[in-house]
Amino acid sequence: MSISIKELTKTYGNQAAVDAISFDAHPGIITGFLGPNGAGKSTTMKMLTGYVRPTSGQALICDLNVLDEPIKVKRMIGYLPEHNPLYLDMYVREFLGFIASAHGLSNAKNKIEDVIQLVGLDREKGKRIGALSKGYRQRVGMAKALIHDPKVLILDEPTTGLDPNQILEIRQVIKTISKDKTVILSTHIMQEVESLCDQVVIIDKGKIVANDAIGNLKIGVEQGQGYLVTFEGSIDDSAFVNAGLELTNQGEHTFLIQSDDADLRAKILKVTSDNDFPLLSMSKAQDSLEDVFHQLTQKKTP
Amino acid sequence: MISIFLKEVNEFLNSLIAYVVISVFLIGIGLLMWVFPDTNVLDYGYASMEPLFSLGPYMFMFLIPAITMKSFAEEKRSGTLELLQTLPFRDSDILIGKFLAGFVLVIFSILPTIVYYYSLSQLGNPQGNLDTPGIIGSYIGLMLLGGVFTAFGIFSSVLTGNQIVSFILGAFLCFFFYSGFDSLSGINLWADWSYYISSLGIMPHYTSLSRGLLDVADVTYFLGLITIVLLVSQFILGLKK
Repeated sequence: MSISIKELTKTYGNQAAVDAISFDAHPGIITGFLGPNGAGKSTTMKMLTGYVRPTSGQALICDLNVLDEPIKVKRMIGYLPEHNPLYLDMYVREFLGFIASAHGLSNAKNKIEDVIQLVGLDREKGKRIGALSKGYRQRVGMAKALIHDPKVLILDEPTTGLDPNQILEIRQVIKTISKDKTVILSTHIMQEVESLCDQVVIIDKGKIVANDAIGNLKIGVEQGQGYLVTFEGSIDDSAFVNAGLELTNQGEHTFLIQSDDADLRAKILKVTSDNDFPLLSMSKAQDSLEDVFHQLTQKKTP
Repeated sequence: MISIFLKEVNEFLNSLIAYVVISVFLIGIGLLMWVFPDTNVLDYGYASMEPLFSLGPYMFMFLIPAITMKSFAEEKRSGTLELLQTLPFRDSDILIGKFLAGFVLVIFSILPTIVYYYSLSQLGNPQGNLDTPGIIGSYIGLMLLGGVFTAFGIFSSVLTGNQIVSFILGAFLCFFFYSGFDSLSGINLWADWSYYISSLGIMPHYTSLSRGLLDVADVTYFLGLITIVLLVSQFILGLKK
């Protein structure tokens, strides 16, 4: 396994930013790292890259301890930090040249051109980084993380501040390169996790609250099928109960109607038309990853 | 380390810093040595480079912290220190790379003053009547002093994320080590120790070098001070993780 975290802890004063978390990430799999702001995502990633020293526990990258072999580990990691710090006075090629020399790459010129093509920086490669828009800076950050063909990619919110097209492009890049690499990415965007990640780790207040394949995670909280039905004005809900349906009031004349019945939809419509209820809208209630996220990270808030 | 060094040198050359520092130093020293009535060599009447070597340190006291103040403070503020520290560099690589870049800039600002040596030797009566060994010693002393000041500048930049604080602290440390210890040793209270106190500072070592006397003890003092200051900086850089 490429990334293995064991009982990793970081405390600042009395507060534990990361509290004894353990998980593994494997090659060829994209692991999504989720959690509310301040949950300890970035701190964990910084400990993986050796930028922050753990209070206790250990982080292994390709079986090497980050603390014991910092240089070797850093050579294997491509890291895109959260705020994507770059030297704004440097030109794109100059900056990538500096990164290449930092990694001691031979054949740097070709590698720079390759990575520029890969992340789609071709049009902007002659510009100063300070003159680039946020989306292109993010690509420079990606290029920086990818230039040495690392075994492990650690991306801290790689798509923040990008426009919808750029988000899709960057995701495509991540997907393409992830085939033989171990990728950990943190994000707030649930669709991103659903479209990109195979494995999801959710942390809250420095503790892991979920660590599972994305499919399992969604099934785990599924409560049978249901429809969200909205009416214009109040209705007599006993009609639905009499028809053997489970009804939960969601407020604003909206109800979540559930049953194990296969033709639930037809039943709801029948009750509605029999009683002349003024139906406004009806949609399938889905347990999205977003709900999973809310359930796991919200209920513990005091 | 070399890539950090080259990056820093490029940064000096691409921003105005290098040109401003070198020209301010040369214009300042040129004025002091040849034009200003109180200090110029022509009125003084002796073919000596004394003004360069006695006033140079005071110019360096302000110029060198100005060169080095952004080295770490700026990287911290813009977050690029994270970028450097997550690339395969040791903290010592980053420190030494930045130190050497600053030091090279200092040396390049001293180098053109060698022209003064030629001018003075022409002005001497008889021609070429100059204390050459003394001047060579002084140059070595000035370079080593530049090295120590650069190390102090880097150190004060490591301490803070604010460039102005870094500049003031750096200038103060340079001043204190250059003449502070010497002045302190003059206080009667610890007269028995005054020799030791004054030799903690830079002044006595610098003066002895400028006599053309290359004493191992003095050179060791300078190199040792540079090493200690850089080691302490490395320690502090490691602490902040």
